[in-house]
Amino acid sequence: MHEMSLCQSIAELIEDAARRERFQRVRTVTLEVGRLAAVEPEALEFCFEAAMRGGRAEGARLEIVATDGRAWCLGCGREILISRPLDPCPHCGGGQVQVTGGTEMRIKALEVE
Amino acid sequence: MCTTCGCGDGHEDHPQGHAPNPLAPWSAPAPLAHGTRLISLEVDVLEKNDRYAAANRAAFASHAVQAINLMSSPGSGKTSLLVRTIEAIRGTRPVAVIEGDQETARDAERIRATGAPATQINTGKGCHLDAEAVGRAVATLAPAAGGVLFIENVGNLVCPAAFDLGEAAKVVVLSVTEGEDKPLKYPEMFRVASLLLLNKADLLPYVDFDVDFALQCARRVNPGLTAILTSAKSGAGIDEWLDWIERGRPPRIAAVR
Ligand SMILES: Nc1nc2c(ncn2[C@@H]2O[C@H](COP(=O)(O)OP(=O)(O)OP(=O)(O)O)[C@@H](O)[C@H]2O)c(=O)[nH]1
Ligand SMILES: [Mg+2]
Ligand SMILES: [Zn+2]
Ligand SMILES: [Zn+2]
Repeated sequence: MHEMSLCQSIAELIEDAARRERFQRVRTVTLEVGRLAAVEPEALEFCFEAAMRGGRAEGARLEIVATDGRAWCLGCGREILISRPLDPCPHCGGGQVQVTGGTEMRIKALEVE
Repeated sequence: MCTTCGCGDGHEDHPQGHAPNPLAPWSAPAPLAHGTRLISLEVDVLEKNDRYAAANRAAFASHAVQAINLMSSPGSGKTSLLVRTIEAIRGTRPVAVIEGDQETARDAERIRATGAPATQINTGKGCHLDAEAVGRAVATLAPAAGGVLFIENVGNLVCPAAFDLGEAAKVVVLSVTEGEDKPLKYPEMFRVASLLLLNKADLLPYVDFDVDFALQCARRVNPGLTAILTSAKSGAGIDEWLDWIERGRPPRIAAVR
């Protein structure tokens, strides 16, 4: 699963930030995960712990914040919010929806010491 | 199940304005501990990959190379289709191939047997190609200007979808022996693709595969998706696939020729 390579990217981004911002340890990593991102939170947490080992964020708490899944409904021609990729439009019930946002994954903030 | 926190239904404390379905609550922010500070980072986790992808894209543009990322589950026929495609394109336009597999150089060897240059990337434990590895492969391969560069991703319907390689287009291959509902099971892959090749069409008489239903599933995920029925064995659909490639050719290249 690519959760591991995502967590390795997180580890690298943290070490970059540590050099820039001069911190020694990370207490909490706040991650923004789109509701439509193809990642499994449990796998993410599992990999996170392993990938942070030996770095400044070893033992850090992972805080996952969900962001909206956004889509465009072709049926009613407007922007809608969905929580899963195949959810129908909440207004018209139509299944022709094009995902427009909420697939991303961002490091929002770090609590450091 | 909620894709974000893995929770079941039944949360009642969702902030207003969210999707109407029962969703996970936002994690409650904990107070800062003594001696700590908060750094706002706001950086995409795939930022590094995306930077390499942007560099690849710029390199492809400056050499007028049309890069196409082929993805599918293992064995759908990516390499077989490429062999057919190369035989058909040969003489009209330079073709080069980057092959991604966890192990072995077998696919690159199959490509080289056609006379086209190919580089193999072995990802080891990795389940997808990333832009950095592709950038290194491009540097060794040095694809000819004005040509097509096919990038055959690791056989996997999940992870490759998340990694931009700097390609001009993503193509997903689904073979008729795999089941019509794959797009519903692996929506992300079919969502990011701009073309679906329904391969092994020669086997349709022998399997219970409903082409219309498969297309319906695919367009449920990606309403604008173009699809071509192909067979690497009989050559069916290859001309249509070549036309599609030709239409994606950067206009500048056409002017050069
Ligand atoms: N009948 C039939 N068989 C095909 C077709 N395309 C591929 N095959 C067969 O399917 C098998 C897998 O084909 P490959 O081209 O190796 O598939 P692939 O997607 O490159 O596989 P990986 O690289 O391992 O993911 C081989 O035995 C091919 O001969 C087709 O159009 N029709
Ligand atoms: Mg192959
Ligand atoms: Zn993976
Ligand atoms: Zn609607």
